[in-house]
Amino acid sequence: MSKDNQVLEELTSKEYEHGWTSDLETDSAPKGLSEDIIRFISTKKNEPEWLLDWRLDAYRQWSKLKEPTWPNISYPAINYQDLIYYSAPKQKAKPKNLEDIDPELIKTFEKLGISLTEQKRLTGIAVDAVIDSVSVATTYKDTLAELGIIFCSFSEAVQEHPELVKKYMGSVVPVNDNYFAALNAAVFTDGSFCYIPKGVRCPMELSTYFRINAANTGQFERTLIVADEGSYVSYLEGCTAPMRDENQLHAAVVEIYAMKDAQVKYSTVQNWYPGDKNGKGGIYNFVTKRGLCFGDGSKISWTQVETGSAITWKYPSCILKGNNSMGEFYSVAVTNNYQQADTGSKMIHIGNNTKSRIVSKGISAGHSQNSYRGQVKIMKRAENARNFSQCDSLLMGDQCGAHTFPYIDVENKSARVEHEATTSKIGEDQIFYCLQRGIDEESAVALIVNGYAKEVLNQLPMEFAVEAQKLLALTLEGSVG
Amino acid sequence: MLSIKNLQAKIGDKQILNGINLEVKAGEVHAIMGPNGSGKSTLASVLAGREDYEVVQGEVEFQGQNLLDMAPEDRARAGVFLAFQYPVEIPGVSTINFMKTAVNQILKSRGQQPLDAVSFLKIMKEKMKLVDIDQSLLNRSLNEGFSGGEKKRNEIFQMAMLEPKLAILDETDSGLDIDALKIVAHGVNKLRTKSNAVIVVTHYQRLLDYIIPDFVHVLYKGKIVKSGTKDLALELEAKGYDWIKDEVAVA
Ligand SMILES: Nc1ncnc2c1ncn2[C@@H]1O[C@H](COP(=O)(O)OP(=O)(O)OP(=O)(O)O)[C@@H](O)[C@H]1O
Ligand SMILES: [Mg+2]
Repeated sequence: MSKDNQVLEELTSKEYEHGWTSDLETDSAPKGLSEDIIRFISTKKNEPEWLLDWRLDAYRQWSKLKEPTWPNISYPAINYQDLIYYSAPKQKAKPKNLEDIDPELIKTFEKLGISLTEQKRLTGIAVDAVIDSVSVATTYKDTLAELGIIFCSFSEAVQEHPELVKKYMGSVVPVNDNYFAALNAAVFTDGSFCYIPKGVRCPMELSTYFRINAANTGQFERTLIVADEGSYVSYLEGCTAPMRDENQLHAAVVEIYAMKDAQVKYSTVQNWYPGDKNGKGGIYNFVTKRGLCFGDGSKISWTQVETGSAITWKYPSCILKGNNSMGEFYSVAVTNNYQQADTGSKMIHIGNNTKSRIVSKGISAGHSQNSYRGQVKIMKRAENARNFSQCDSLLMGDQCGAHTFPYIDVENKSARVEHEATTSKIGEDQIFYCLQRGIDEESAVALIVNGYAKEVLNQLPMEFAVEAQKLLALTLEGSVG
Repeated sequence: MLSIKNLQAKIGDKQILNGINLEVKAGEVHAIMGPNGSGKSTLASVLAGREDYEVVQGEVEFQGQNLLDMAPEDRARAGVFLAFQYPVEIPGVSTINFMKTAVNQILKSRGQQPLDAVSFLKIMKEKMKLVDIDQSLLNRSLNEGFSGGEKKRNEIFQMAMLEPKLAILDETDSGLDIDALKIVAHGVNKLRTKSNAVIVVTHYQRLLDYIIPDFVHVLYKGKIVKSGTKDLALELEAKGYDWIKDEVAVA
């Protein structure tokens, strides 16, 4: 056991890899939240009147909403007046091409392993890089444009494609959907926008990379993906933040709108700064992600690997409105030290023959709390709906907690809903078996955990799967004891 | 190669090994027999470095090193292999992936380059042939849903992959049908060289028809109470353990 403690000591003191800050000049709003601040943001972004009105409406609704208290998480009250709601890396003018981008910025992303210089990229992933609140670069835009695919920052979409933004923004996650979604609608500063035209299969992975850099800044980005009939897109999202002693708020909204026979695959590797080993600092991650399978035969699939954040509050969901539509949710959520995660999914079956599948793998270590919360709702008119949910929890050590809160609500008798749940511990037997074959303890844990999470990791695109495996191992290093 | 002197070990307050003495030289095969609960698996676990057991007294030297001072993974890397009586399941991890990790970590610990996929596969194919194991089994999650016999055969496959100096086979014969027993024994014999040694723990002399031991020891109440040659195994088969227990009682 003493050896375990030593390993534990060594590794929990290992620093968060992305914890550095960049020396970027920023342009910020004063602290606090008010209608004036919202006007400030809207003016900064040169927005049309309708969008300002939309924001103000959201702000007024938010003011009437209460912060939810039902999640199984606890944190000191957030002072929303003590945050900065707009921070942008200063750029002389809107960069026309990559040469115009501040070299510090390019360096920032290169440090993260993301090259914004297209010719350097071998993997063929188009990236929209968002730093603090603003999208700084989108790669491969021209290649995509030839196919009619629109992939750009949200701000740009507001300017260039206002009709699309106006039509779909808020159609999946209404402004007053919940406290954090309303806050986002009021103050969101940027994000990514994507439109795939009818019948087009997007030839490369589209990816947004989020980074919070500035201090005391909330990050509120919005992503909107519209997949027209028969189209297909695979979308990736990654994120990191510097190590800071104070907590930082991240409240994002992702909306996916899938028309007839469209397929959208959305993958996230969430690696926000989780706080230190004593629970100091870290990102508060309150995110609303929802997909609407509007058309018949459409399909939306969420895959998430959650390793970061001090607090995670997130339930990527699918509304299965079209007949024969399908929703999937694959999740690995790892918590260590004092991290808290309350995450899961909602599958709302409205159309006939709708299918959903939830595979959730929680891993808790240290003093962390890890909750799965999921809802499966079969509406009255949904004939022959099917759901399968598998919720597994893996415990490492005896100081952590794993919880499962499944809500099943079936209003149509033809539905078939299956729910399976297991809780297990990493066995000393398993570790010893590995040790006996010459595998050290760290690698043994990584092997066992990756095996446990395999069904989810298999859903990720190759490049991401490798990163995710490493992250899992890194997050859990030294947590066996 | 292996020298055990007055080894005593306990778990919790229960003393299980009560002073074991055993010398194993390179090239030898030793069989350890003995009634249920006499401490055979405990001895194997202590040699492999399982932390649940506390060594109260005694010494174990392995190739000139103090084995008891070494971490379990270092023992494995130094060439100690244990074929488990009850192999553990690791869901989502294939035997191939498991072995690849093991082989490469061992190579790394010796300052050698890891094997690339092609060389690994080549070696794997050879060893598969040796123990007549199907690749489909090796692609499945390690030991998950394996039959008793498949688990044992998989242990021997792993042994073939790792080429240990000292292999301890804990009841690898139980659960094997006659054909499988022959294949496993054949595999073990193929791996025997002048420079390695094998300890087989078994209840049945049948295995010893195929893996012919140089010595047979009887473990009883945590002690080796009798040692002999293969004939001792035949005698035990014929007479059971009572006469040995009586001898011990008299002494
Ligand atoms: N973890 C444990 N806690 C308590 N007692 C244990 C533990 N492990 C082993 N023992 C006891 O130690 C004794 C020796 O067990 P061991 O497994 O070494 O026997 P064995 O000779 O291998 O028996 P078998 O032939 O049945 O495999 C048994 O009485 C067993 O119950
Ligand atoms: Mg035994």
